[in-house]
Amino acid sequence: MDKTVNQKAWLLVLPVFLIVAFSAILPLMTVVNYSVQDTFGNNQFFWNGLGWFKELLDPSTDLGSRFFASLWRNLLFSGIILAIEVPLGIVVALSMPRQGWGVAACLVILALPLLIPWNVVGTIWQIFGRPDIGLLGYVLNHMGFDYNYVSNDFDAWATVVVMDVWHWTSLVTLLCYAGLKSIPDAYYQAAQIDGASRWAVFKAIQLPKLHRVLLIAVLLRFMDSFMIYTEPFVVTGGGPGNSTTFISIELVKIALGQFDLGKAAALSLVYNLIIIIVCWVFYTVMTNAGADRQANKGVA
Amino acid sequence: MHSIPGRRIILSLFLIFLLLPIYWLVNMSFKTNGEIVSTMTLWPHKPTIANYMHIFTDESWYSGYINSLKYVAINTVISISFALPAAYAFSRYRFLGDKHLFFWLLSNRMAPPAVYALPFFNLYSAIGLFDTPWAVALAHCLFNVPLAVWILEGFVSSVPREIDETAFLDGYSFPKFFVKILMPLIASGIGVAAFFCFMFSWVELLLARTLTSVDAKPISAVMTRTVSAAGMDWGLLAAAGVLTIIPGALVIWFVRNYIARGFALGRV
Amino acid sequence: MARIDLVDLAHSYGGPAAPEDSFALKPVSMTWRQGGAYALLGPSGCGKTTLLNLISGIVAPTTGKILFDGVDVTSLTTRERNIAQVFQFPVIYDTMTVGQNLAFPLKNRGVPRAQIDARVAEIAGLLDLEPYLRRKATRLTADAKQKISLGRGLVRSDVAAVLFDEPLTVIDPHLKWELRSKLKALHRALDLTMIYVTHDQTEALTFAETVVVMHDGRVVQAGTPEELFDKPMHTFVGYFIGSPGMNIMPAEVKGREARINGHVIALNRSYDSLPVGAKIEIGVRPEFVNVAMPAPGLLSAQIDRIDDLGRARFARLRVGDVKFAARVPVGFAVPADQVGLIFDTSHVHVYADSHLVEGAP
Repeated sequence: MDKTVNQKAWLLVLPVFLIVAFSAILPLMTVVNYSVQDTFGNNQFFWNGLGWFKELLDPSTDLGSRFFASLWRNLLFSGIILAIEVPLGIVVALSMPRQGWGVAACLVILALPLLIPWNVVGTIWQIFGRPDIGLLGYVLNHMGFDYNYVSNDFDAWATVVVMDVWHWTSLVTLLCYAGLKSIPDAYYQAAQIDGASRWAVFKAIQLPKLHRVLLIAVLLRFMDSFMIYTEPFVVTGGGPGNSTTFISIELVKIALGQFDLGKAAALSLVYNLIIIIVCWVFYTVMTNAGADRQANKGVA
Repeated sequence: MHSIPGRRIILSLFLIFLLLPIYWLVNMSFKTNGEIVSTMTLWPHKPTIANYMHIFTDESWYSGYINSLKYVAINTVISISFALPAAYAFSRYRFLGDKHLFFWLLSNRMAPPAVYALPFFNLYSAIGLFDTPWAVALAHCLFNVPLAVWILEGFVSSVPREIDETAFLDGYSFPKFFVKILMPLIASGIGVAAFFCFMFSWVELLLARTLTSVDAKPISAVMTRTVSAAGMDWGLLAAAGVLTIIPGALVIWFVRNYIARGFALGRV
Repeated sequence: MARIDLVDLAHSYGGPAAPEDSFALKPVSMTWRQGGAYALLGPSGCGKTTLLNLISGIVAPTTGKILFDGVDVTSLTTRERNIAQVFQFPVIYDTMTVGQNLAFPLKNRGVPRAQIDARVAEIAGLLDLEPYLRRKATRLTADAKQKISLGRGLVRSDVAAVLFDEPLTVIDPHLKWELRSKLKALHRALDLTMIYVTHDQTEALTFAETVVVMHDGRVVQAGTPEELFDKPMHTFVGYFIGSPGMNIMPAEVKGREARINGHVIALNRSYDSLPVGAKIEIGVRPEFVNVAMPAPGLLSAQIDRIDDLGRARFARLRVGDVKFAARVPVGFAVPADQVGLIFDTSHVHVYADSHLVEGAP
């Protein structure tokens, strides 16, 4: 379907443009402003050029080492949770009943973690995991594991990862379930008649239909895990030491903890840039996939 | 017919995994602090509703809930009403810079709140909105408006153009067409978009906490106060947590039949 | 390849406890010959797709048995039954090429590579799909996609039967004819048992050697197109097949006479022992009734209109309250209001409660 060219459409878009610009561009200008200045308090600012950026991107400085450490930590975290949540989400979606009362029950339980305020998610796992009062911590310690997310790096990581899996796998599942529901029964019947194995059905029918929703799922999960703040902050406070200090936690520490506005601003800009680049890559892939589908329709 | 081996087991295990931590929270909320700290019990042996009574009688607690619901409601209304015309424009017309604008909007959905916390603080202090529900509601527009545009665009695109043309031929003005014809057609889409706006505004803490201090403090920020001289008040914390889950659970229950379609965002 | 026997086969979507009236398929016993070309014909909701799905094993019967070459396959899965089925809408594996799509059923059954290639080439040749073998299947037109679905159904040489569920629904009218003749040619070339479900009598009559007509969950007649035309076993067959359909009129029948509105129509056979209390009707195809100038001794009818079908003209009439169609002989000048009817008595059938009654000679 060809869209008509109509510049007046801008009038319809203008309110959205203004409100988002107000929330995005104005603050960003403040950030840019801060990022090139230094202050010694008393609201006196000095021109600092690209000084903060140089410091930020130089791993030998304190700021730079903290930035890169939290960046790698965050990338590792995003990688781990994607590797767990995407396959797990698909498997759970494939396990869902197709009809009956069970569907609504499953959907409600699945959606539940998604609507819990993020700090409460943290609180839930904080309570659940504590060795003294939490079921998980108590059971693990009585099984002979020396589990304590407050003092042990690995345990802290494991807790944060499991918490994220608990919190967000449902999103992948629900997206995939929606995708699976859109496959007509005839496809399954045809595959049965063609003698396809369970695995062949998945590869030939289900996975191709899930392609698009999976792309959305990976994008959302990558982005949200890349800016994760509240949940680990509540559970571990970024610790023990700095072991679960992700970029957002580092940023808030610098900005609101130390009031190092220049450093925080420089970090913000670089952080934002990374996100926009990743976003652009996904967007391009996605629109290309969409254009592909459009082209197919055109031939058919 | 397309089931995978052991699917019941996989599904059950996963659902138990989801429910267990929530059960533990509920369990704790009905215990006294004495029971929580002294013994490990799988269910409250001396059940108490004291924790809940405390929240319902202490204004600083329950006003937290009201504040949260206020900015969530404001944000949802603003997001949807701003996003609707834009979604229509993106779905139907090509105009200067449309693709870039769409991408720019979407990229804001991905913006880390941590980056915006401080500049928002300055901005809203400067215009006198600091510590009001409006500040949080407007701040959340940063990611909810783009999301709403994106979802609604999908639903508007599924409405055939012929309907617009017929309506205009029948002498409908644009606003009348929009309200009388288009909006009822994409009612489920509006519901889905509202659901997501509610969801993301309700669960966000960092901006909500940064932009409020006393009068508009959201419940999630109030909850960080449970550390007292006598140590953590676990029972109270758990009860407060349970109460924050309930609005979400209610919303899910009402939309349970639309969840699947909703998560497909009208695009599968 | 196999002979298929249905023994007291029935299906109810409401379970075995539901009243038999509500069964989607009422108990049926019949035999499908090996290598035959069958059409299952009937209006929507008559149970034909249910019957097809029972044979392929997608649906399990409520009662009864299905035998392939005498072996009971009722409890076997679709896969084990070795059936091919083509659906109403093209089912294409998006990520595969046309060739891979065609090879899929063979690959799943572990057929050796060389055999697969040979068979895929053969089928692609028969369906004119050769130029597309290496193309992605998603990029093709709807009819090419349906050809691929057909191809996947035909690619296995050892199938018990190939079932078609209204396969030409999405095909453009001018291509329908082409694909149908292609199917017929394939049937001759491949010696497969084919069962073709449709609600379109032209499709059924041109494709099949034996047409099975279904009505309201029952098989009402199975026969060659000629048999269905000349001697409908059920008033529904007479009415559903043919255009215009058979004339059915209530009548009093006694011996070799049928009496309508006081007029006597002579019958070729004698009907002395008609069931008592049954609804008696006579049926005659419009092709075997000529209109004439009204005359004493002829049943007279009111003219509604004249349809010119090109090959013939048919008068739409009214006998009393009953609608009636009859042929207008070439060169006959139709009068304004009334005509007389001349019956070809050898083609007048008698029905009791909608079922054909064989008279005595």
